[in-house]
Amino acid sequence: MPPDPPSRPPAELLERVEAWGMTSASVAYVYRPSTLLGLDEAFETARRFAMKVALKGGGNSYGDAFQCAEGVVLDLTRMNRILAWDPAAGVIRCEPGVTIDQLWRYTLGDGWWPPVVPGTAHVTLGGALAANIHGKNNFKAGPIGEHILSFELMTPNGRLLTCSPAENADVFYAAIGGFGLLGVIVCIQLQMKRIYSGLLNIEAVYVANWKEAFAAFEKREAGADYVVGWIDCFASDSKAGRGLIHAARYLQPEEDAHPEESLNVGAQELPDTVLRYVARSKLHRVMKRFLNRPGMRFINRMKCRAARKEHGKRYREPLAKFNFLLDSAPNWKFAYMPGGLIQYQCFIPKDNAQSVFERIITLSQERGIVPYLAVMKRHRPDPFLLSHAVDGYSLALDYKVTRKNRERVWSLAHAMDEIVLEGGGRFYLAKDSTLTSSAFEQSLTAQAVQATQETPTHQTTPTTRTIQTFLQLKRRLDPESLLQSELSKRLFGPLEPTSARTQPPPAERAEQPERPPHVEPSQDFELPEPFWAEEGERPPDEDKLKENPQHER
Amino acid sequence: MAPNWKRAIIVGASGGIGEQIARKLASGGCRVALVGRREDKLRQIAVDINGVSLNLALPFPSDVRDFDAPAAKVEECVRALGGLDLVVYSAGVMPRIGPTEYETAKDRLIVETNLIGAMAWLNPVAKRFERAGGGTIVGIGSVSGDRGRRGNPAYSASKAGLECYLESLRNRLGRRGVSVVTVKPGPVETEMTRELGRLPGMIPAGRAADLILKAARKFGKTAYIPGRWWLASKIMLSIPSRIFRRLPL
Repeated sequence: MPPDPPSRPPAELLERVEAWGMTSASVAYVYRPSTLLGLDEAFETARRFAMKVALKGGGNSYGDAFQCAEGVVLDLTRMNRILAWDPAAGVIRCEPGVTIDQLWRYTLGDGWWPPVVPGTAHVTLGGALAANIHGKNNFKAGPIGEHILSFELMTPNGRLLTCSPAENADVFYAAIGGFGLLGVIVCIQLQMKRIYSGLLNIEAVYVANWKEAFAAFEKREAGADYVVGWIDCFASDSKAGRGLIHAARYLQPEEDAHPEESLNVGAQELPDTVLRYVARSKLHRVMKRFLNRPGMRFINRMKCRAARKEHGKRYREPLAKFNFLLDSAPNWKFAYMPGGLIQYQCFIPKDNAQSVFERIITLSQERGIVPYLAVMKRHRPDPFLLSHAVDGYSLALDYKVTRKNRERVWSLAHAMDEIVLEGGGRFYLAKDSTLTSSAFEQSLTAQAVQATQETPTHQTTPTTRTIQTFLQLKRRLDPESLLQSELSKRLFGPLEPTSARTQPPPAERAEQPERPPHVEPSQDFELPEPFWAEEGERPPDEDKLKENPQHER
Repeated sequence: MAPNWKRAIIVGASGGIGEQIARKLASGGCRVALVGRREDKLRQIAVDINGVSLNLALPFPSDVRDFDAPAAKVEECVRALGGLDLVVYSAGVMPRIGPTEYETAKDRLIVETNLIGAMAWLNPVAKRFERAGGGTIVGIGSVSGDRGRRGNPAYSASKAGLECYLESLRNRLGRRGVSVVTVKPGPVETEMTRELGRLPGMIPAGRAADLILKAARKFGKTAYIPGRWWLASKIMLSIPSRIFRRLPL
């Protein structure tokens, strides 16, 4: 009698998948494919064992966006090849596992910089698209999605779909910011930003309160390419909102006398030590000593004092140093161990921003859970379906989580959600750990109304039923509802399959370890050639894959 | 940080300490897979825990002496629970052994249930937790395992063996973030001890379950239940062998 078919994938694939903020973790079967066939194999495994699949890039989402408890996690970091680069036009084509770090190092020497970067260079492009990341230049450049010329999306049933603002536009605007719930973005074409120097002109501005902070942003947004503010959350009353604002702009041609020097990757590198003796890699250990309420009150006060001295200074700084502030202390999150941290980032229309920010900081102070770090940014709306941006401001707040305060932090976050929703605000899912489905729905309803009013040219923005539109699209692209993360379960609930793929019943499937890798095109979408075929490369040897099932893991 | 168990397997949940641990965990919202030999008893406990609307307790009938079953059974439980945070091995037997009785069949039953069954169940669990980088394993030892008592040689040997096996697991898995806890209860009121009558220091199974879960939450290595047995055990361990053999234990 043949042995029973396995009820689960091999235990060797089991891994702990932890949120970047370390506040949640789950166990999943992690696949690390490097080709489309590998992706297909992972989807087939999920199908065979009736599991769900979540996509993971660099793993930099603060919450549960890339987790799938007891399911399959597709880690795309091995799909990290740069496929084509046109230094004349600044157009790059690459796989989703390419990181921002990899990207800027590749293009800087030719005078191009990623048009939008987050605070860390370790995010992958696939993850960046899935979250539709923004940078300190959101008010000017929009999110990264606005710089994507096209991408190829592989749906769970193996179809490849080319998406751009002109082709499959509905999928284009939904998959960017769709958190990997519609398919796997397997190839990305991105327009880079032309730069004439590796330096930025920076202006530092000390602000004594919220009013000054908003005024400083407004005054500089026309002339600056980047504006970002640090706010001292321990300050209250008349000092509330005090902090330091940095406005930066790219250098124009001829402004940098020696652009070849600043456009050298070496000129962008940070030194290995801080104050000559403290290794940057050990900095989090020093930070840990101060990561308590009195310590952070002291640090914030000292920083304010230093900010007053810095006020009005103008200087030049390398692009990488200015943009990737979070990388200046590697593994800084370890300073928050063992409980981790959450980041609460809300986006508020400009008319309500000051009052909402004042209220949420005051509420935090009243509840005795003061954010240790607060970062303020300026934003503008964008045409993406699940967009988080508004014509207004965002405030990102880092809260330390401990065993004792965990429930109180979550309760505070829910209370702040109400304030944000009253102010017409929205949330950024890449940072989220606490949002409820109803708060999410309410924020998107407000968003849809605003988006249709403000961007009438956007064809795909629905009326007020944004979530329904997204889920309809999901049903079309992923009728088996294979792609579900812990984040999606939290915000949409478990999604039931609308139709099963034509295949043998589960009992028979379990006895068929091999599945023909050939995928039939459907009537809905035409199946183009896989992108590796366009590159003139041979597809992976399928026989080898069969011989060595570990190959793709 | 104290673990927040959401999904647990209780082996030996059809009565005694295992049943009480399952009930305590479920009352805190933890989903429990009830593993035991007596299917009717498991179903009754599950119905009792779940009431009309809950789905916290799931019965999985299995004999711990079926050593080939656990690998698949653990997967079955994990699938049903949606994950795994805690495993408690509380299956155990202690048949009455006469002072002049040397019965291999009884000894085999004891060792297979108390020790080999534990290995069969905890090996796949250890493999899973090692990969997952977390989890808690609790094994129910006994103060009887501290010394070779003349009353029930096989029982003492099985519990001593279990303690040693759990210590090895702890040494293997500790660096991977897995907590392995050996609890050593004194006499506890269960079906197993009913025929022994009222013993000194005996505690109800519900109280033992509370103390066991408390010890497991503290990431303790070895915990005596209740704590006073630690002192009793230290005294017993210090008694020279020539005196210990004369004691009526």
